[in-house]
Amino acid sequence: MAQAYSPGLTVTKSIVLKKDRILPLKGKVLVKKGDKVKAEDVVAETLLPGKVVPFNLANKLSVPAEMLGQYLKVKAGDKLKKGQVMAETNGFFGFFKTSVKSPLDGEIENISKLTGQMLLREPKIPIQVKAFIDGIIVEVIKEEGVIIENKSAYIQGIFGLSGERSGEIKMLASTPEEIIKPSQIDDTCKDKVIVCGSLISYDVIKKAQKVGVAGIISGGIDDQDLKKLLGYNIGVAITGHEKIGLTIVITEGFGMIKMANNTFNLLKSFEGHKASIHGITQIRAGVMRPEIIIPIEFKKDELKAEEAKMATLEVGTTIRVIRQPNFGLIGKVTGLPEKLTKVESETMVRILEAKLENGKKVTIPRANVEVIEE
Amino acid sequence: MGNTQKLKRIIATDCGSTTTKSILIEYVDGEYRQTVRGEAPTTVEKPLNDVTRGVVNAVTELEELARLKYNDNSIKFIKDETIWLSEKDGEGVDAYVSTSSAGGGLQMMVTGVVAKMTGESAERAALGAGAIVMDLIASNDKRANYEKIERIRQLRPDMILMAGGVDGGTTKHVAELAELVGAADPKPRLGSSYKLPVIYAGNIAAQDIIKETLGNKTDLIITENLRPILERENLGPARDKIHDLFMEHVMAQAPGYNKLMSWTKGPINGKLVNIPIMPTPAAVGNIMQTIAKINNIEVLGVDIGGATTDVFSVFTEDKVFNRTVSANLGMSYSISNVLATAGLKNILRWVPFDIDESELLNMIKNKMIRPTTIPQKLEELVLEQAIAKEALRYAFIQHKEFAVGLKGGQKKREIADAFAQSVSGASIVNMMSLDLLVGSGGVMSHAPRRNQSVMMLIDAFQPEGITRLAVDSIFMMPQLGVLAEISEKAATEVFEKDCLIYLGSCVAPVGTMKPGKTALIAKLELPNGEVFEESIPFGEVRLMPCGVGEITKATLKPGKGLDIGAGKNQEISCELHGGVVGIVLDTRGRRPFSLPVETSERVPLLKKWMKEFDVYPEEIL
Repeated sequence: MAQAYSPGLTVTKSIVLKKDRILPLKGKVLVKKGDKVKAEDVVAETLLPGKVVPFNLANKLSVPAEMLGQYLKVKAGDKLKKGQVMAETNGFFGFFKTSVKSPLDGEIENISKLTGQMLLREPKIPIQVKAFIDGIIVEVIKEEGVIIENKSAYIQGIFGLSGERSGEIKMLASTPEEIIKPSQIDDTCKDKVIVCGSLISYDVIKKAQKVGVAGIISGGIDDQDLKKLLGYNIGVAITGHEKIGLTIVITEGFGMIKMANNTFNLLKSFEGHKASIHGITQIRAGVMRPEIIIPIEFKKDELKAEEAKMATLEVGTTIRVIRQPNFGLIGKVTGLPEKLTKVESETMVRILEAKLENGKKVTIPRANVEVIEE
Repeated sequence: MGNTQKLKRIIATDCGSTTTKSILIEYVDGEYRQTVRGEAPTTVEKPLNDVTRGVVNAVTELEELARLKYNDNSIKFIKDETIWLSEKDGEGVDAYVSTSSAGGGLQMMVTGVVAKMTGESAERAALGAGAIVMDLIASNDKRANYEKIERIRQLRPDMILMAGGVDGGTTKHVAELAELVGAADPKPRLGSSYKLPVIYAGNIAAQDIIKETLGNKTDLIITENLRPILERENLGPARDKIHDLFMEHVMAQAPGYNKLMSWTKGPINGKLVNIPIMPTPAAVGNIMQTIAKINNIEVLGVDIGGATTDVFSVFTEDKVFNRTVSANLGMSYSISNVLATAGLKNILRWVPFDIDESELLNMIKNKMIRPTTIPQKLEELVLEQAIAKEALRYAFIQHKEFAVGLKGGQKKREIADAFAQSVSGASIVNMMSLDLLVGSGGVMSHAPRRNQSVMMLIDAFQPEGITRLAVDSIFMMPQLGVLAEISEKAATEVFEKDCLIYLGSCVAPVGTMKPGKTALIAKLELPNGEVFEESIPFGEVRLMPCGVGEITKATLKPGKGLDIGAGKNQEISCELHGGVVGIVLDTRGRRPFSLPVETSERVPLLKKWMKEFDVYPEEIL
């Protein structure tokens, strides 16, 4: 077989991109088909039901649950104001009454005559969905959201932290190997997406948080620094919800790993452009990887999304080694032998032959490379 | 059971979250054998969004391989883009069955009044039906009611199983739980176009209250109480309802499953009928129980995957089945969590060389984000297997804690029970009486040397007395589990002959003593005619040759104070079954198993054992 399929991360200077922007619950779509939107525009909004607060009314009133009915001043479905009397006992000749007041503004969901429990609901919480990318609304899904399309330079990261942000790209590293020092981050980095080289340390991230950097893009990060930053060890790879004030996109992996040249050069060629980035990562069914999206000028008729296809491994394909030895190095495939081959660990695997960027000729299990599309 | 006479060719598939595996089972020379297998990526997600595409691909591979094997180009399993079921001899196949865990499998939430009683029974019912239990909400679980409501809202399970109260017992607590579920108004995981299925299997006296509270808000199904009295569980009806709902709701929502459900058919009593798709773990439970009953043995099985580790067991004379899912112990997606659970020290205690800690931590995280990579360097293989031992060990601890007798009931105690200090709720997992330990999953099945699988199983599970060891080479158990629904004969024959690769037997005296003292006097009459005799000191390992299908006659006398199954100091004579690795005599002690804390003492010992086990090439030891 002269070729094989292999997973890879997309790094490209031009791609037609489609993004679903969907509400968590049905609500209102604020834009229409054909509208041009900016990343920060709100495209849909809804109201999430408020938090439910259980409240044991019978206990508070010191009456059995089944007698609760005769003391109630409110009923299920009523709106409530904080401090409003919800139930009151008769007392003796109008004296010694016990009354129970609402602890919150909201409404009554349910009153159980069996358990004496009341369920109160806090006011609804407004939720907005922003466009996230500059583009055109190509489809409106009634009451649910929209699909936005644009043409972008596009980079997938391998791992990231925190949600969606956008900012102007600023190159801090001058080479993909460079390790940035905290002192290099100053006020000019505020609200920017800064591009670092092979590693970002805990101190660099801290300084970036302080300055108000929108996002950091780096080749690698150290596991221990990540733990220190979050205050816990990430057990399973589901990220994106971290509240750390900025977004981090790692392009290569854990440890000090030089950013792939084409990723670095692509970012460099777009210095000063606006980028939308997120660190949402999920590895398992429904894989999600962090994204760096840099919208570029386009005409409407250019928006024809190519069909999704898997990256192909063949002689001449550029690959990145994604496991030791030679982890992080880039090379070109020189051969794809058919037969299962025994590697150092004695595992029998399908391998490929490659010439690495440092000139070394190696054999690598096919499972341990990623295709870099050029 | 079906009319097995008519079954000549059966196709079974297991649609996993990443791979769809297909096997062909044929009736050859008077017996059922698994003859060809194939696989293809699962296609339940974008861009294909149709599970049947992956099934057709996997079955097409079977077809091509069968043609090659029999040099017969007329063999055809796919016709008009579906699996060809034909009643004509030699045409298509006679039956097609399938299991599925694609799309995250079946995810459930369960409720009970007392966590350790009805809550635990509900959990057992759900796990037994093949579900992942996302959370157990109980009246006494110490969370405030608002926290429980928040939790239920966040979870978005496929369905909820509510238990609580023995028949005629509390209704108030059950009602309160129903109110919490109602208040949370949970939405099903897949699609919001249908109501969330809720199965009520609690106190019959509370059925009306439940109907009133949840009847309108959810798709409520009421079935028999799964714990009618404290002394007895009745999990069958609840499990059946879970399976029905799994088909009707969960499967029907997943892309392509409606089509797949119409494909799975087999002859029962001479008529071609629909055979429901089973959740993968439920099918594994099915085959394990069948095997345990037929051979009258106790079985423990483990499947260690990338994200989760499932442990299955059948123990006691009543062949009680238990299954646990350690949702966050796995070798890729959850590998980092193994580290967080076990700690670096526990992992490194199995490693016979020095390693830079930060390098190891980064390696683990890199495996997490690139789960499909494989260890090329020998050192990395050793490290992955060390991590696997800890993942297995913790999954087994969780299993032992779960596989217990019923708590809260009154037990009639005999005099012997009083002496044995047996208590209600004690674990029924008994490693001394265990007959067969089966390992499965990538790290186990694809280990470059089978000796490594033996070492991982022994170090992680620490079998006691005499135990047979095996691996399920391609994890065929799910397909055989669903096959047992139409032909127990076909399923068990294939299980015996093709599913398991017997590794050998482990002999391990229980107890501890000072190093150097005699722990086991062994006399083995090996199949090659040699007689092996040794007084093996405490803290050693021996590996004796004894191949697949061979038997070694053994006389085994444990050292002073140790027990090998017949009681302390008692000698036994028995037959030991061989396998691809052989017979392991392990005198490293049990309860406790001794491993020195000091690196300077531990590393030489590890190297010695690993050499004896012949697990790794000499240069690393």
